[in-house]
Amino acid sequence: MSREPRSLPAEHYLKAGWDLKSWLLTTDHKRIGLLYLVSITLMFAIGSLYAGIVRFNLLVPDGSQMSAEAYNKAFTGHGVVMVFFFLIPSIPATLGNFLIPLMIGAKDLAFPRINLLSWYIYLVGAALTMWALLTGGLETGWTFYTPYSTVFAESNVELAAIGIFVAGFSSILTGLNFIVTIHKMRAPGLSWFRLPLFVWAHYATSIIQVLGTPVIAITILLVALERIFHFGFFDPNRGGDPILFQHLFWFYSHPAVYIMILPSMGVISEIVTCFSRKRIFGYSFIAMSSLAIAAIGFLVWAHHLFVSGMAVYAAMVFSALSFLVAVPSAIKTFNWTATLYRGSVKWDTPMIYVFCFIGLFLIGGLTGLFLASLGVDVHLTDTYFVVAHFHYIMVGGAIMGYLGGLHFWWPKITGRQYVEAWGKVSSLLVFVGFNLTFFPQFVLGYLGMPRRYHAYPEEFQILNVLSTAGATILGFGYLFPFSYLTHSVFRGEPAGDNPWGAKGLEWTTQSPPTTHNFDEVPVVTEEPYDYASPPKEAARV
Amino acid sequence: MSELAAHASAAHHPALQHQFTNLEQQREASSLGMWVFIAQEVLFFGGLFATYTVYRFLYPEAFSVGSHHLSFKIGFFNTLVLIASSLTMAMGVYSAASGKKNRVAGFILATILLGSVFLGVKYFEYGEKIRPCFGDGTHTGCLVPGHRFDASALHLEGDSAGHVQIFFSLYFGMTGLHALHMIIGIPILLLIAWWSWQGRYSPEYHTPVELVGLYWHFVDIVWIFLFPLLYLIGSH
Amino acid sequence: MSPAFPLAPERASSVAGEVDALFLFILGVTGLVALGIWIALFYFAIRYRRRSDDERPAEIHGSLALELAWTVIPFLLMIAMFAWGAKLFFHLHRPPDDAMSVSVVGKRWMWKLQHPTGQREINELHVPVGRAVKLVLTSEDAIHSFFVPAFRIKKDAVPGRYNIAWFRATKTGSFHLFCAEYCGTQHSRMIGRVVVMEPEEYQVWLAGGRAPESPVLAGEKLFSELNCITCHRPDDAGRGPVLDGIFGRPVRLAGGERVLADAAYVRESILSPAARVTAGYQPVMPTYQGQVNEEQLIALIAYIESLQVQSAGAPAGRASPSPAKGARSR
Repeated sequence: MSREPRSLPAEHYLKAGWDLKSWLLTTDHKRIGLLYLVSITLMFAIGSLYAGIVRFNLLVPDGSQMSAEAYNKAFTGHGVVMVFFFLIPSIPATLGNFLIPLMIGAKDLAFPRINLLSWYIYLVGAALTMWALLTGGLETGWTFYTPYSTVFAESNVELAAIGIFVAGFSSILTGLNFIVTIHKMRAPGLSWFRLPLFVWAHYATSIIQVLGTPVIAITILLVALERIFHFGFFDPNRGGDPILFQHLFWFYSHPAVYIMILPSMGVISEIVTCFSRKRIFGYSFIAMSSLAIAAIGFLVWAHHLFVSGMAVYAAMVFSALSFLVAVPSAIKTFNWTATLYRGSVKWDTPMIYVFCFIGLFLIGGLTGLFLASLGVDVHLTDTYFVVAHFHYIMVGGAIMGYLGGLHFWWPKITGRQYVEAWGKVSSLLVFVGFNLTFFPQFVLGYLGMPRRYHAYPEEFQILNVLSTAGATILGFGYLFPFSYLTHSVFRGEPAGDNPWGAKGLEWTTQSPPTTHNFDEVPVVTEEPYDYASPPKEAARV
Repeated sequence: MSELAAHASAAHHPALQHQFTNLEQQREASSLGMWVFIAQEVLFFGGLFATYTVYRFLYPEAFSVGSHHLSFKIGFFNTLVLIASSLTMAMGVYSAASGKKNRVAGFILATILLGSVFLGVKYFEYGEKIRPCFGDGTHTGCLVPGHRFDASALHLEGDSAGHVQIFFSLYFGMTGLHALHMIIGIPILLLIAWWSWQGRYSPEYHTPVELVGLYWHFVDIVWIFLFPLLYLIGSH
Repeated sequence: MSPAFPLAPERASSVAGEVDALFLFILGVTGLVALGIWIALFYFAIRYRRRSDDERPAEIHGSLALELAWTVIPFLLMIAMFAWGAKLFFHLHRPPDDAMSVSVVGKRWMWKLQHPTGQREINELHVPVGRAVKLVLTSEDAIHSFFVPAFRIKKDAVPGRYNIAWFRATKTGSFHLFCAEYCGTQHSRMIGRVVVMEPEEYQVWLAGGRAPESPVLAGEKLFSELNCITCHRPDDAGRGPVLDGIFGRPVRLAGGERVLADAAYVRESILSPAARVTAGYQPVMPTYQGQVNEEQLIALIAYIESLQVQSAGAPAGRASPSPAKGARSR
């Protein structure tokens, strides 16, 4: 058999300038996406190191592996870095930045310079926070509960708070950019209900970013001000209310978890349809569910405060709403599964990550119902059950989606293909390692092991050892994609414009795309995911 | 103008950025962007307003006493100054839109002037409360919350002295954040004034003037809320 | 459940069984849903795997019937989970009237408990089996959380307020007590145990050791030492309101509103006396902020609460500047 060897296109965005200046002063959304990719990968590595320290400590029950201060700084560092500097930006800042203009037929985002500014703000925030973490550390937990953080903590609270404050603006600006871009820069014929679900997901995410992040910005600023200037908002000795902090904090931090999962769900929608070679089942339901999750997600924050002494009837309202917010996620899950029915399913790496996502997000999301149920939450809150719950969603869900998306669009981003066998092997490692790490934690939680414990009763040891073993496999597993994806940039086979035969405007361009994406503005006439008709050849639009 | 000519002139307009197809799209996008930014600002101040609401409900007398201690005259004067600055800003935008190029810079400079008056008055108002906090000895009249806070001038007994610290924390926090927004806005206004003096804007393209006008009006509206909440508690 | 590999703590309280039952109900429902989807995924992925590159699969947009079904049915199941959980929470919220009250003060990094008869304990709580125990929780410093897995109860101990939790132990034994809200370096050492004893053994335990001072007695002493008695005279000749019988009843304030004179109000009146002054009295009471700690506050509150009891007959054991006092009626 003969096949024409492919080569990379003559001109593309990666070649448009080789010097540092062309990268550090770029306004090309694709390059900015890559700048973010490098930064958040670094932050992920740092967050993972902290996780390693945490799990290492938990191998023995008596806390003899390290001091309590060191452990407390490790779990705080893990949370702060992973939440604010990895999960929140991850998919939007990398894949979102890269793909949204391509998916809507635009040359760039609405505000390319603000996009670049957003990256620099992220870097400043990360630098300040890392400085705080590395010189003296932070041991308040990523949640900064008062009055501990304002009165008793003897660590770099102010500096870390300012770093997080700064990073918040990066998130806000990205969200702002996406909202305006999606509203105003769609190609002719691209009505809202022809948009890819990835775009819908990012639209919903951006609304949360814009409306929620300022609240944590002001809250964390108040913590810093309370420490520096001795304001008394959260100090009960001066009439302040420490629970007010919790309400303000969670008003953002709960919707924040939807910032972390919605983009990943968008990725899943794109991959599942391509690798079933079939129109997505229930398109408008999935699109509307994204918006519903964003809206209802703002109304459930106090489920983090059920045992703080809040009024019973208020708790009931928040419990009911917390159940309600699960419904749109369930709708999406059913629709993805139904997409496979009578499809043409290809088990490539991106699709394997889809299976992992659906399987594990199910567990994560459903365990949320246990926590929404007041009577059971009393027992489970502040235990390892909660830790397992959110890691199933964040890692089993969001990160699996992120990896799937990276693999799916890697040929478009780099022009090259990775070695498929490595993709499959790594996904298996990651899946096994992940479950071994976090499933035992559900049991630990029900048995009563509290969170954030440096030392713990002996009877919990065996489950902790299993968890640490899993974490080791998981960490190792993540090294694989890092290696073979990087390797493919230099040595991978040229992929061609549309190696997966996917629908979507991004696949009508060359791989990698030119700097200006499209030579002529594309005109959209098809419904999305119209796999019934044969794939277009990249018509160099 | 024929459609083709209009398209051609817009397409070559120096202010059109490469990612937009025409000036109209650019203007709409920029405007939407500013509104989204303002929405975010509302939530940013919103956290402080929520905190205010909670504590005012809990400690009404401390808030009332604290509020009486603020100077109504100064606050009212500043309110008028800021409203006037919004007027001059609106005139600036109108001038840009109707092609009266010469006036735009003038109106923006007037806005800056009025904004500076506001900030100057604030400096004086803060100074009265902060100066007593320095130096050794008694800090009579120090109204900065913390160890040196002295509530004697307020004639508050017992722990309402602690509660009134929360009032002053909110006073400094909310007006301080507001003033910060003005301090950031003024250099931007200067830049826009400079560019309009250079003839950059025209009836087809004066988006930056519009946007900065939106921002300034927002800053004004925040003050319209702050003034009664801080200065007018318990007034009959 | 095999004791060798437990999946749940012992059930040692009256609610533990119901918490576990609700958990199992939710587990059953969610387990079935998850299993269903996993099986469907697996089956579809294999049955419909791509066999040739030219396959053009079915053109299916969706199904309104299915969407409605898988929206409404989960929603109904969730209503059940919500309702049961809310009912249980409500039950957990209200201690029975016959509960014995134990005060708990969390402090970095220990639990200080006091029985109604005065016994103090640190990091341990001895209780009789079968008796309802009401915990009045507060903290001296950061937020802590009182967690007994075997009882399935947990409640935050927040500085500046009192939170209530309760349990009725159903078996004897020793059960873990954990702090469940991160409070600093030794958070994971702020642990102890709840020791549940047979009622007779509990009585023996109570009687053992030095005769402790009841909180009421301690409060009475403080009431005198701190000169509360000079203004809060029982004969209403003092500058402060009479406190007999005030606890648990509404009090009219200077502004006209009425508040309940509960533990929180009494505590506030001691620490921030000018905050809510009784109608008809001047705001001249000095603050005791910094002069009384949490346990002393608890004692004073217990004493003031006890003043209710003495409505007729010579009030025994209450310090009073004037000599003989006759019966007073209210």
